[in-house]
Amino acid sequence: MKLTTLAATALMAASPAMADLVFPDLSYRTGPYAANGIPFSDGYQDYFTLLNERDGGIGGVPTKVIECETGYNTEKGVECYEATKGEGALVYQPLSTGITYQLIPKVTADGIPMHTMGYGRTSAKNGEVFSNVFNYPANYWDGASHAVNHIMSQGDIAGKKIALVYHNSAYGKEPIRTLEELAKKHGFELMLVPVDHPGQEQKSQWLQIRQQKPDNVIMYGWGVMNQVAIQEAANIRYPMENFIGIWWSGSENDVLPAGDRANGYKALTFHNLGDDYPLYDDLRKYVVDAGKAAGAGDQLGTALYNRGMYAAMLAAEAAKTAQEISGEKDLTPALMRDGMEALEMTEAKMAAIGLPGFGPEFKVSCQNHGGNGLGAVAQWDAEAKSWSLITGYEGSDQDVIQALVDEDSAAFAAEAGIEAGCK
Amino acid sequence: MFYRESGDFSTTYAEDNQTFPIKFDRYRYYAVLAVAFLVIPFIINDYWANAVFVPFLIYAIAAIGLNILTGYCGQVSLGTGGFMAVGAYAVYKLMTAFPEVSMLVHVPLAGLITAGVVTLFGLPSLRIKGFYLAVATLAAQFFLVWLFNKVPWFYNYSASGQISAPERDVIGIIITGPNTEAWAKYMICLIFVTLAALIARNLTRGSVGRKWMAIRDMDIAAEIIGVNPMMAKLTAFAVSGFFIGIAGALFFSVYLGAAEVGESFGIDKSFLVLFMVIIGGLGSIFGSFAGAAFMVLLPVFLKNVFVGLLGWPTDLAAHLQFIVSGGLIIVFLILEPHGLAQLWRLAKEKLRLWPFPH
Amino acid sequence: MPEQLLFAMEVTLNGLMAGVLYALVALGFVLIFKASGIFNYAQGVMALFAALTLVGIMDGQIPFAHIINAIFGTELHHFGWHVPALLAIILTAGVMVVFAWLVQKFIFSHLVNQEPIILFMATIGLAYFLEGVGDLMWGSDIKKLDVGLPQGINDWIDITTFEVFGYGFFIDNLDISATIVAIILVAALIIFSQYTKQGRALRAVADDHQAALSVGISLNFIWVLVWSIAGFVALVAGIMWGAKSGVQFSLSLIALKALPVLMLGGFTSIPGAIVGGLIIGVGEKLFEFLIGPMVGGATENWFAYVLALLFLVFRPQGLFGEKIIERV
Repeated sequence: MKLTTLAATALMAASPAMADLVFPDLSYRTGPYAANGIPFSDGYQDYFTLLNERDGGIGGVPTKVIECETGYNTEKGVECYEATKGEGALVYQPLSTGITYQLIPKVTADGIPMHTMGYGRTSAKNGEVFSNVFNYPANYWDGASHAVNHIMSQGDIAGKKIALVYHNSAYGKEPIRTLEELAKKHGFELMLVPVDHPGQEQKSQWLQIRQQKPDNVIMYGWGVMNQVAIQEAANIRYPMENFIGIWWSGSENDVLPAGDRANGYKALTFHNLGDDYPLYDDLRKYVVDAGKAAGAGDQLGTALYNRGMYAAMLAAEAAKTAQEISGEKDLTPALMRDGMEALEMTEAKMAAIGLPGFGPEFKVSCQNHGGNGLGAVAQWDAEAKSWSLITGYEGSDQDVIQALVDEDSAAFAAEAGIEAGCK
Repeated sequence: MFYRESGDFSTTYAEDNQTFPIKFDRYRYYAVLAVAFLVIPFIINDYWANAVFVPFLIYAIAAIGLNILTGYCGQVSLGTGGFMAVGAYAVYKLMTAFPEVSMLVHVPLAGLITAGVVTLFGLPSLRIKGFYLAVATLAAQFFLVWLFNKVPWFYNYSASGQISAPERDVIGIIITGPNTEAWAKYMICLIFVTLAALIARNLTRGSVGRKWMAIRDMDIAAEIIGVNPMMAKLTAFAVSGFFIGIAGALFFSVYLGAAEVGESFGIDKSFLVLFMVIIGGLGSIFGSFAGAAFMVLLPVFLKNVFVGLLGWPTDLAAHLQFIVSGGLIIVFLILEPHGLAQLWRLAKEKLRLWPFPH
Repeated sequence: MPEQLLFAMEVTLNGLMAGVLYALVALGFVLIFKASGIFNYAQGVMALFAALTLVGIMDGQIPFAHIINAIFGTELHHFGWHVPALLAIILTAGVMVVFAWLVQKFIFSHLVNQEPIILFMATIGLAYFLEGVGDLMWGSDIKKLDVGLPQGINDWIDITTFEVFGYGFFIDNLDISATIVAIILVAALIIFSQYTKQGRALRAVADDHQAALSVGISLNFIWVLVWSIAGFVALVAGIMWGAKSGVQFSLSLIALKALPVLMLGGFTSIPGAIVGGLIIGVGEKLFEFLIGPMVGGATENWFAYVLALLFLVFRPQGLFGEKIIERV
């Protein structure tokens, strides 16, 4: 019992005063996916630090980030959620599809919004069923459609063979249904190649690809699986320009180990890359040079850092929207939810922040929590060691996706006994 | 002084045979039960339930199950995670197929299904021993995880392969789903733990348990004195599977609410439960509880000290947590290889004389 | 020749190569188990730790920089030098020797004569500990390991087989180098154990440690020696696997790939580890190629174990394991 009492005192000492705008950061800086979790979390925290240092917070109210280490583990994720929700947490971003599924029912019951940007449960796009879950600006199924659209833009897709190399988990299996529908619609052949966690050894999978010779490969990978897949693809001399990864397979970590041989590899993205934006000058000035960066400060401009910062920016903009429509400066989770539902990102807004052209324009509504599903394709230049967008933000095949979203969300509503509708 | 046999006379066979023949033990046991049933439910909140008590109770059931197999019958198993998954998926299929039937029926049924599966995977134990068997149970672990991931029937054909627990109640009190009150979660687990511990305790001190221990100590010798090794080993696998199945079912339906097999029931879980059993003490029901408490509380405690009290960066804290847990495990094994249960036994010996050692 | 047969041949060859990589990890297990009866689960983490240390030394990273910075508020990251690969490998081997000594001194000398399962759990504790130390020392980001090993398809094999069969086989250069390194390593181990004094002492301890003790062999020294060798084997495995996937956390999971190899080959046999590795490598790759498509793929993880399990049902001590003699 001594341990328990000690833990209790530790907990009491840990609870701070309220009144800040609290943004919990469920990060993972350890475990198998640490290399991806670190830059994302750094970006997320640095943006809020910048807001505090430069503007004194959002609408004059300082922000506060509570970091909690999940190690990409669902149980620790639940523990983190329970530990932070009492501190006035405004929005959760777990950066893990597994934790997202745990938290969907919990946040709905507790009335706290959750933003799963480009991951999580795709059918949460239907805000009538998933009142507290948002997944703008794009989701897994949009990604599958973007990849197919990109292939179509380069030539006739009918009769082609397209392989999906995927992480054999809930996350990796997400695009299968969409791709099957698209295969029917456009007449291409889909070949499924699962890779088991952790994906250290993929010889069989890539031999299969070498022998079957698919015209294109789409990858839904995460962690070490990405690096090994790109290396193996280079080993079998698979043409890199025909190899497209989802946004979670498109960080510098994934391509660097393969060196020059990764040149030309493509990845989808829903935000821009690099650090050529006015905001980065501010980030350097107020955060990195002031020694207040969350990490070592060497990640600025990498794909995942940018994504974390973009996530923070969207959260901050939603908080601003919430302050505008409610007139309250101190937000509650419920107000934050309304703000997220009324969020509209325009080019003018992004330019004002110092991020012109950084992300797609979109508008959230009660019916549509997923934005407009715009995404772009980036290509890796091994020489310059940088990503660059090779297309603009383009739409996805909503005819196919919306039908699937409706079907899946209806199934969830029936299972969980939710009455669909806007509040 | 406090813990003593003298002055405690049994006048009936029933008294002589009771679970805790010593008065001090008995009252202590009643006191623990009273606190667990009558005090904690009224003061528990979401954090304590979800971060500490519910996982502790569920892991305690799993640890009891594994302890029967490893501690009492001597068969090392590294398939606990996969076996818990069987319980979880069984209860999920039962919950969704027969929504009108009470969870109090579904959970033991899931336990029975798991018992069947575990017995099947226990068959190689008739030929394979020691570490070879331990590694062989890993075959079960990996195969089961793959199976639940691959066959859509198990997860009702959902898009991503995740299973989530629908809302179910027992006599009007919601016990699964997001709207469950903290105390309801705690109570349902507590009831199952209490029953599991009672059954395990009585099995292990009866003839079945003695057969298991004979097999553990020397299987050939046991066979010579008339213990049927096949029956003894397979019953140990079955009973162990029953408890682990119940733990898996509760773990998914009450604690997690949604699960993905590779993530929630991976090999880490097998090691975790084995740790609980060894740290707690092989061949001891109390040890199962102590081990579960230790392994659940330690990370939460360390995290709160490093991050909450000292304000260190979370990644440093997580690394240190690895170092401290690993180090503590080693220190424990060096100081007391027989686990926390042995410490408790020693404490009882001390209490018997205290405060007059001579 | 029909195409399917050619594909199967290519898969088999690659399976053999993968088997060598599994055997490299399994070797470390066998060495320690044979000499001290410890089933060392930490072997995988040792490979990770060795590879992390190697990269850290090569890049001139400052160990424990993160915690030093957190405590003293400094901004230390690099020494600013680069160490050549060979020197770094020697230095890392030195670190592994120190590690072996520490492990023996602080852990296993206190656990002499404990039950095997207790020793096994201690190595899992050691694995956690070492993982934490490795992360703390060198950080948990992905590191590129480049000791100059060739990578990518071997053109000569590709072209030659194309001329002969009309289909070019794919063999990774890295796998070829791994095979060569493994052969050298095993040869060195055999020479060491047959022709040196310490090697003979090692075999004596493996045979019967009480008898070895009675003729004046220092058990402590032998155990440190065997942990050092296992550390060196882990370093080699870490280099090979690290070159494939970069050095990061998941490297420690290669231990799980070695366990079925051990079961199949027997815990006490070095030839067993090699033959077992080859059988598992070929078996799982062929199964994935032939049966995998019918059952939805990703079978490798469990099939290796099931294959080993099937072998065990017929030979409970593994292929080359010592016959289990039980006395009552």
